[in-house]
Amino acid sequence: MTMNAVEGAGPRPRRVGLFVTCLVDIMRPTVGFAAVKLLEDAGCTVVVPAQTCCGQPAYNSGDRATAARLARQAITAFEDCDHVVVPSGSCGGMLIRHYPELFAGEPEMAAKAERFASKTHELVSFLTDVLGVERVTVRFDGTVAYHDSCSSLRELGVKAQPRRLLASVEGLSLVELDEAETCCGFGGLFAAKYGELSNAIVSRKADDIRKAAAGTVLAGDLGCLLNIAGKLQRAGSAVEARHVAEVLAGMADGPAIGEPQKGAGR
Amino acid sequence: MTAVATTPRFKANVHEALTDVRLQGAMTFARNFAGRRAAAAERLPEFEALRDSARAIKDHTLAHLDLYLEAYERKVVESGGHVHFAEDAEAARKIVVGLCKGLGAKSVTKGKSMISEEIGLNAAIEAAGIEAVETDLGEYIIQLRHETPSHIIAPAIHVTARDVEQDFRKAHRELPPERDLSRPEQLLGEARGVLRAKFLAADAGITGANFLIAETGASVIVTNEGNGDLTQILPRAHIVIASIEKIVPTLEDAAQLLRVLARSATGQDASVYTTFSTGPRRAGDPDGPSEYHVVLLDNGRSAMLGGEFEDMLRCIRCGACMNHCPVYQAVGGHAYGWVYPGPMGAVLTPSLIGVAEGGQLPNASTFCGRCEEVCPVRIPLPKMMRHWREREFARGLSPAPQRFGLGAWAFFAARPALYRFATGLAARALHLAGRRKGRFASAPLAGGWTRYRDLAAPQGATFQSRWRAKNGAVK
Amino acid sequence: MSARDSVLAGVRRSLGVTGTEAPRRFEVERRLAEAPAGVVPERGQGDAGQRLATFKAEAERAQASVAEVATRAEVPAEVARFLRDANCPATVRMGADPRLAAMPWSETALEISSGPSDGHDLNAVSFAFAGIAETGTLALVSGADNPTTLNFLPDNHIVVLRRADVVADYEAAIARLRAAYGKGGAPRTLNLVAGPSRSGDIEQTLLLGAHGPRRLHIVISD
Repeated sequence: MTMNAVEGAGPRPRRVGLFVTCLVDIMRPTVGFAAVKLLEDAGCTVVVPAQTCCGQPAYNSGDRATAARLARQAITAFEDCDHVVVPSGSCGGMLIRHYPELFAGEPEMAAKAERFASKTHELVSFLTDVLGVERVTVRFDGTVAYHDSCSSLRELGVKAQPRRLLASVEGLSLVELDEAETCCGFGGLFAAKYGELSNAIVSRKADDIRKAAAGTVLAGDLGCLLNIAGKLQRAGSAVEARHVAEVLAGMADGPAIGEPQKGAGR
Repeated sequence: MTAVATTPRFKANVHEALTDVRLQGAMTFARNFAGRRAAAAERLPEFEALRDSARAIKDHTLAHLDLYLEAYERKVVESGGHVHFAEDAEAARKIVVGLCKGLGAKSVTKGKSMISEEIGLNAAIEAAGIEAVETDLGEYIIQLRHETPSHIIAPAIHVTARDVEQDFRKAHRELPPERDLSRPEQLLGEARGVLRAKFLAADAGITGANFLIAETGASVIVTNEGNGDLTQILPRAHIVIASIEKIVPTLEDAAQLLRVLARSATGQDASVYTTFSTGPRRAGDPDGPSEYHVVLLDNGRSAMLGGEFEDMLRCIRCGACMNHCPVYQAVGGHAYGWVYPGPMGAVLTPSLIGVAEGGQLPNASTFCGRCEEVCPVRIPLPKMMRHWREREFARGLSPAPQRFGLGAWAFFAARPALYRFATGLAARALHLAGRRKGRFASAPLAGGWTRYRDLAAPQGATFQSRWRAKNGAVK
Repeated sequence: MSARDSVLAGVRRSLGVTGTEAPRRFEVERRLAEAPAGVVPERGQGDAGQRLATFKAEAERAQASVAEVATRAEVPAEVARFLRDANCPATVRMGADPRLAAMPWSETALEISSGPSDGHDLNAVSFAFAGIAETGTLALVSGADNPTTLNFLPDNHIVVLRRADVVADYEAAIARLRAAYGKGGAPRTLNLVAGPSRSGDIEQTLLLGAHGPRRLHIVISD
């Protein structure tokens, strides 16, 4: 792919650290490379510091100490980046909204966490709101529905941005879900701890997606997507699930989430 | 005699609720609230500012609660009413039953009150040989069914019209079998007739309060049916039972809160009846109760002040959090196992019955945050659920497999090189095992997931290893 | 220790206060004395004509019916017309409000009785204390003039409202209450009423006439 996928980005090169997230790292590296492409096409220099987990599973399980330890590690790892960009609203919410809460008793660390939070952005909103990207120059043939992940929507205010960029994708027609703002039932460990309850919630989400008659469901969070794809596939649906970055970067030609893979990937 | 909590059996309750076809049918009616609230909020440009104002009023009042309680008490006494303080549920039950006995009451009518549910008041009144009649239509229906409310403002939301017809046919002995009750308005007409006679015969009326106003000593109830008013103006005595955090300073403050209450609850601009009652009937009054009592219940609230759960005391019981909660919408209110369901119940229940009993509830949340988004007094419900999880974790109450799994994860996550190695290995192994189908229908240690949905197979090498292979390590 | 003292002590312990701190007491006294208004919606504002128009529109939204007559002398005829059109018996119960008593009821065929309701009256007429434009809400106060039972027991509640008593918002109605009952004073019962009684408790279907009036008719006059 040499074609520039984005238009409208400003000229200033920026050193952007990609916080790839555990799920993308382990499950779907394509999303990471799509993020890199979008950022580089918009004129950024992308670096990937050694990284692990943002600590959200520990934080949401009541283990603040572990969460704080991992937060410290991440803050240090991205110290020399102008920006930190995350292809996930959920991990983004952790880095941006919750890291500062972890260091209430430590003013120095709290200030660091605040600085870190203020330079950290969810991928799509970084492209539009910070870099000023207005459109992408890629093609995707099909009807897609966009699922708003709860953290993107409510912690980070991401709602119009992905829709705006998707509207510029050639061949793509966007349909709205009746309950786009309702949770998919993933909730991290919730999906495993309360499997039956999570299933009830994602079943309703899957029904909503089927009703919208879209061929592909997109979202900005791999957690939601694994959940939604897993439910659609278990129910025998042909609707495919992809991360929104794959489509925006023009990298949606490989197998969708949970679809048969040919070789060992790239 | 407070309702026995089945909260420790939350997962079993969830299973029961999800496999109850009748309940699942009824729960579709709960889906209309969100749209109505959104439309009402949209219609009032000042709505967000009013939420801030409502929050500030509650915070101010809580910070000065001792003084406002004293001021309120003075005004009630000045207007000829009586104030009774109750430290806990048992004390409150004793006071109310004592008042009813003192009146020689044979029957009492009741307006909808969650405090009455919290303290198990009906059972106590009936144990004293006095008939207690719930008059809110929803409450009346569940009383006939010997159930508890499944929603704080729509107590019978789990019941279908067909259930109601059966309940009425069973309970109303004078109802001719040939009478057509196939339409909701016929059911309402039947209930109206039966309850009208109960209203006129009652010796005492018991209501809750949405607000207690320190400035005037008034208790305020908000209803759509008018049942609360008939409960409190017809009998000889009006007994208000309310928890201490219902106090607001002035009439203006009540007006601020009223503006967000109905809109958040039912999506109305205003509820039909908002009634301010101040003391007993006065000289020259042709109607109204001769006695006016207020029972002020603490039952764990004072202990929540000044701590990490104080924000919960701002709650004005509108029900918006449950109306927007994916968990509540899936299972309804009874699965929560005690009086208060939904997100507000998930925070409040451990405070009131203990984290050992109620600890499941704050865990059973995806943290989707929609409750906080719609809360009229901006209670950070997810944050408070997380506080409970922190307490559980600190006390070693969280389940062992979860602690072990997280501990192992944290061990690797704190060691980036080891993490890369281990995740790289796992990703490759799972990729090889699953690439042909692209996903797993079952997987070891992931039963909670794969029982209900497929699990995608990884794409192979991790992102980080691919990146390093291409670009070399950073730094 | 009495339950009262123990609850108050519990509150103070949690707040870390004694209850004697002068700044806190001052703050509470000041708020009770000054009763600051908070956020007041724009919706009900405007001159008398705008307020009246908003009141009517909002009351109708709440499913009340509204009629306007030029003078108070025309109220009985309007009440008679409303009952006739609704196919209701020509009987009306009302309190001792001299403004109602002064109306020419004898010019209609309506059968008038007076006093509170015992639950067997079909129609009642009350005189409102105020109308609140913001939400189309009536304010009714208790007493011999307008017994509270008339607001709830009859099937049809007809309320007379003076044009001059239509105020913009709750705050303006509260100001009028203070003027009438003194600061910190209040009628025994103040009913704010927006539309006829209703319930959504059966399958969330909105039904009118739950326990209170099935119809609320507002007659606006001078």
